[in-house]
Amino acid sequence: MTKKPRILVVDDEAPMRESLNDWLKEDGYEVGLAASGQEAIDMVQKGIWEVTLLDLKMPGMDGLETLRKVKEISPETEIIMMTAYATIDTAVQAMKEGAFDYLVKPFDPDEIEIQIKKILSHQEMVLENLLLRKKLEERYQYDEIIGKSECMQEIFELIDRVAPTDSTVLITGESGTGKELIAQAIHANSQRAYHPFIAVSCGALPETLLESELFGYEKGAFSGADHTKRGRFEMAHQGTLFLDEIGDISMKTQVDLLRVLQEKEFTRLGGESPIQGDVRVLAATNRNLEKAIQERRFRKDLYYRLNVISIHVPPLRERKEDIPLLTKAAIRKCCLEMNKEEMNISPAAMKVLVDYDWPGNVRELENVIERAIVIGRGPEIRPQDLPFQPSESRQEEDLTSLKSMEKHHITKTLDRTNWNISEAARILGIDRQTLYNKIEKYGIKRG
Amino acid sequence: MESKEGNADLSPCVTICGIGPVDRTVLDHLAECISLQCGLPCQFSIRIPVPQHAFDKNRQQYNSKLILKHLMELNNRSLKFLAVTRLDLFVPILKYVFGLAQIEGQCAVISTCRLLPEYHGQGPDPVLLMERVKKTALHELGHTLGLTHCRDRRCIMYNATTIGDTDFKHSQFCPTCQELFRWQLNQCGL
Repeated sequence: MTKKPRILVVDDEAPMRESLNDWLKEDGYEVGLAASGQEAIDMVQKGIWEVTLLDLKMPGMDGLETLRKVKEISPETEIIMMTAYATIDTAVQAMKEGAFDYLVKPFDPDEIEIQIKKILSHQEMVLENLLLRKKLEERYQYDEIIGKSECMQEIFELIDRVAPTDSTVLITGESGTGKELIAQAIHANSQRAYHPFIAVSCGALPETLLESELFGYEKGAFSGADHTKRGRFEMAHQGTLFLDEIGDISMKTQVDLLRVLQEKEFTRLGGESPIQGDVRVLAATNRNLEKAIQERRFRKDLYYRLNVISIHVPPLRERKEDIPLLTKAAIRKCCLEMNKEEMNISPAAMKVLVDYDWPGNVRELENVIERAIVIGRGPEIRPQDLPFQPSESRQEEDLTSLKSMEKHHITKTLDRTNWNISEAARILGIDRQTLYNKIEKYGIKRG
Repeated sequence: MESKEGNADLSPCVTICGIGPVDRTVLDHLAECISLQCGLPCQFSIRIPVPQHAFDKNRQQYNSKLILKHLMELNNRSLKFLAVTRLDLFVPILKYVFGLAQIEGQCAVISTCRLLPEYHGQGPDPVLLMERVKKTALHELGHTLGLTHCRDRRCIMYNATTIGDTDFKHSQFCPTCQELFRWQLNQCGL
């Protein structure tokens, strides 16, 4: 059921208020009644009214003054002025002050009806516009993954094609690029979506522990195994198993894993009978598996089993056009989690973020934003709220003269050595006097 | 707004009455339409004298809200109480109304004054008048059963603010309003 539009009627004459109330209620509107300007303002402060029908002549605070205050509190509320004494002057004045229109009491029934419908359809259009804009933004988002860059759009398309199949997918990319999010998106858009998504960080576990974690164990399989435990493969039955950091697993686990992928069955540690498993495997690594194969650290046959379809997530520095979108999403998420009003980011701060290299990728960006929100003052993130400054970004290194580069390099060295002249001169490969001369020449001052 | 409490004590029918002189054929026609279309039995009560306190000298019209109050004070014991009058009706904020009802209440009043083709410069047309009266009465009865205005221009519950709207709409409820109307009647034990 859609929400009833709310209309506030402000008139000092009770019969007028009541007859409007009856009329509007018949039309299915939620109606609020105020007998004075002050009462109206109180009501506007407490709730949202799509339309206000406001009498121009009222004792105390008159219609024009009330109009100004209502617009100040709630600019989106549209106001129709009502009066029994119509003059062009007051009409023009009311419109100048932001009234939507002006009606002379008593109205023709269709006059008021048309005005209200006009306002509501305008407001609907504004809302639709907002929703369309949001939808457009969603085109740049696939579940939790955000990106408008061509490479990310290609990944989104690939996820669409890959998700409904049961193929094994190998996701590669640097740390922090969001490989697990890709795996989650594949699962969420597959027919297995209503079954478990189980993630195992293979690199975090020693070999024996990883084996028991993946395949489970029978009671008494080893000392301490005082009960039978299901492994992740079993837990992921009918769902998806995500093996993160697959490049870090031992040769023995590689063999076991290969067997599971080939035979689609496994045996718990200490168990005898194999267990059939209906599991889709997705794997991820930040390592170069082809190089690992050459170095005989990774099995070629397992690689081919895993790499039926491969998705490479590019590092953030290769898709800088995504940084503003990712930044805004991170701000929204962080502010929501911290129960803070959504912050803005200044253009200068955004430039710093875009210029930075992001070795830690999206994860690093999210951390930087979280820190900026925590330490930042005011409603906007500024360059000084970021842990690095414009000078650390690449752009500074580009188009610049030799002189300014020298000045920049000397300043940086002095700052790093805490203005220890001897130490700075040693690093720079010049004598102390030359350094003093250059400090004077460039007017470098201790910050 | 009147509560539905006490419905059990009310006679499950619509009482129709005239306020001031009203053509009997109009009342008969209304009773027939309501019975046929809504399955509600109808009865007539004696004509009510015009409540003069509802007359507004400045506007030379009758305040429909005061007439509704007057109807309520008559303490009629039927489920719905529908009055028909030739008087020109208004509510303070509007220049005129074709009718007025208590939302989810007992009483409603309709006026034939502005429904007359003669009022709009046309020649007398009793069939057209009856059609308009029927649409207006069913619309107000819908309000007494808690129905609000419908967005479908063809539905009885569409808010006809001009006589053109009244003529355009059909004399039936749209499927949704029909369903609501039936459901509400059911709630009243009918």
